[in-house]
Amino acid sequence: MTPLRHTWQVALRYIRALLRQPAWIGISLVQPVIWLLLFGALFRRTADIPGFTSGSYIDFLTPGVVVMLAVSAAGWVGMGFIEDINRGTMDRLLVSPIWRGALNLGSVAQSVLSIVIQSVIVIVLSLAVGAHFHNGVAGAAVLVAVAALLGAVFASLSNGVAVLTRQRETLIGIVTMVTLPLTFLSSALMQQSLLPGWMQEVAKFNPVNWAADAGRSAASANADWGLIASRTGFLALLLVASAAFATRAFNSYQRSI
Amino acid sequence: MTAIEAWELRKTYRGNVRALDGLSLRVEPGTILGLLGPNGAGKSTAVKILTTLSRADSGEARVVGVDVAREPDRVRRSIGVVGQKPGLDAEATGRENLAMQAELYGLVGASRRTRVEELLERLGLAEAADRLAKTYSGGMQRRLDIALGLVHEPKVLFLDEPTTGLDPEARTDLWREIEQLAGDEEITILLTTHYLEEADRLASELVIVDRGRTVAQGTPDELKNALRGDTVQIELTESADGNAAAAVSRVSGLSELAVDGRRVRARAANGAAAIPSIISALEHSGLAVASATIARPSLDDVYFQHAGRSFQQADDERTEVAA
Repeated sequence: MTPLRHTWQVALRYIRALLRQPAWIGISLVQPVIWLLLFGALFRRTADIPGFTSGSYIDFLTPGVVVMLAVSAAGWVGMGFIEDINRGTMDRLLVSPIWRGALNLGSVAQSVLSIVIQSVIVIVLSLAVGAHFHNGVAGAAVLVAVAALLGAVFASLSNGVAVLTRQRETLIGIVTMVTLPLTFLSSALMQQSLLPGWMQEVAKFNPVNWAADAGRSAASANADWGLIASRTGFLALLLVASAAFATRAFNSYQRSI
Repeated sequence: MTAIEAWELRKTYRGNVRALDGLSLRVEPGTILGLLGPNGAGKSTAVKILTTLSRADSGEARVVGVDVAREPDRVRRSIGVVGQKPGLDAEATGRENLAMQAELYGLVGASRRTRVEELLERLGLAEAADRLAKTYSGGMQRRLDIALGLVHEPKVLFLDEPTTGLDPEARTDLWREIEQLAGDEEITILLTTHYLEEADRLASELVIVDRGRTVAQGTPDELKNALRGDTVQIELTESADGNAAAAVSRVSGLSELAVDGRRVRARAANGAAAIPSIISALEHSGLAVASATIARPSLDDVYFQHAGRSFQQADDERTEVAA
């Protein structure tokens, strides 16, 4: 009970800050919406490529954009920790009997909430420009859930790196270096069978690709529930590992101060 | 039971920076212990270790009888900490800050609400309770920080440089607050400061720290009385470092002679009796005296005696290194 209560308290803190600046959700939607509308229109003819079997490009692209927005939103979550450490708030929490896991999980919960809100907006927008969700609300819900899970993994990693480095510049560098390649090395923007061979190999081990595959499958006419379950399982395992990493990072921080 | 005990705490930071070099101290329940030392003496490091935020490389510490390294969670339940940096959440209101803190210590429902209201009232924050903490003045933020440290009615309260950065008025207000805490609530307070005046006024017991070590412990009066004699201070009409030192050193019965620009300082068993010979020695060397004062020993003198340099000098040196 205590872990849950403490996690909620930490989450509430960040959620409150988010609600006080709702414009922020709008600003972080700019990029995904550009990907969806401009990139979607620019590469509409992708659907004509021989071997592209995923229907219209906007059908294909929408799950990819949802996954991308989760990764890029979650990557910056660690900034909040750096701010908390610099201001002294983190030290105050660390000398309280708070359950340590709550620090990361509370911040992750806020990030998941904002990813869910943004994903729903992007999905509604995609429907307006003609995307189809073949399994209705259930399919869309699985897509959002998978994106949120992926976001939770990246938010935890971001928090862990933030606590270890305590440098904004370092975090910006790492996030920039990691998120874009991981996105391109996945099926977020292009059907996997059309990727170069080596990319297909790398993509197998790429969590962004797991989420893109599972989310897209859930939205497609012939959803592969076995694949969705296995990819979700991989992501869940990764979340356990990354949350443990973020929580343990505090030990190293406390030794160094 | 002793409220706080520490034996031979040592800690070296990365880059071979030695912060603590065998610090020991002992705080009796219900007292205000002042940890006094210049910037960089190791005071904050000591507080971080005693409050379970950081760990010592060696040595042992107990707070309310519990080992800080072995059972940090038990220690955390009985201490309140007001760090040097504000611990408050600037993006939340005062009331929200306190409510969250109360929840973390297991205060829920009606008892949480009562406690939060009580503290807002007690620290004069009731009117500002629903404003974001980032709109508070420096003094109000510090009071909110103290309220956060008091939510769970701790037995021991740590205040790390509580008045640094406050204007004189807010500082006096806070002093009154701290005195009241120790008086009414029988809470043990460990307070670090590099203001001699603050230590003199608030602390019932002092630990003087220099270069990571305890150099003296006692009540302010004990420490001052241990320095027998008076401080004699002569102001010259113009600065004359070498000459003045040479002239005064010929006067017998003086110790701890220090010359700084136009100021000459020395200790004498009987200050009033020493002044005529000092003045004549100076004038003999062609140095004109502008004024002469005699003072009972101050904490500055106590520090000088134990650390071998003046407090101000130590503070400045350290600030230069830091800059």
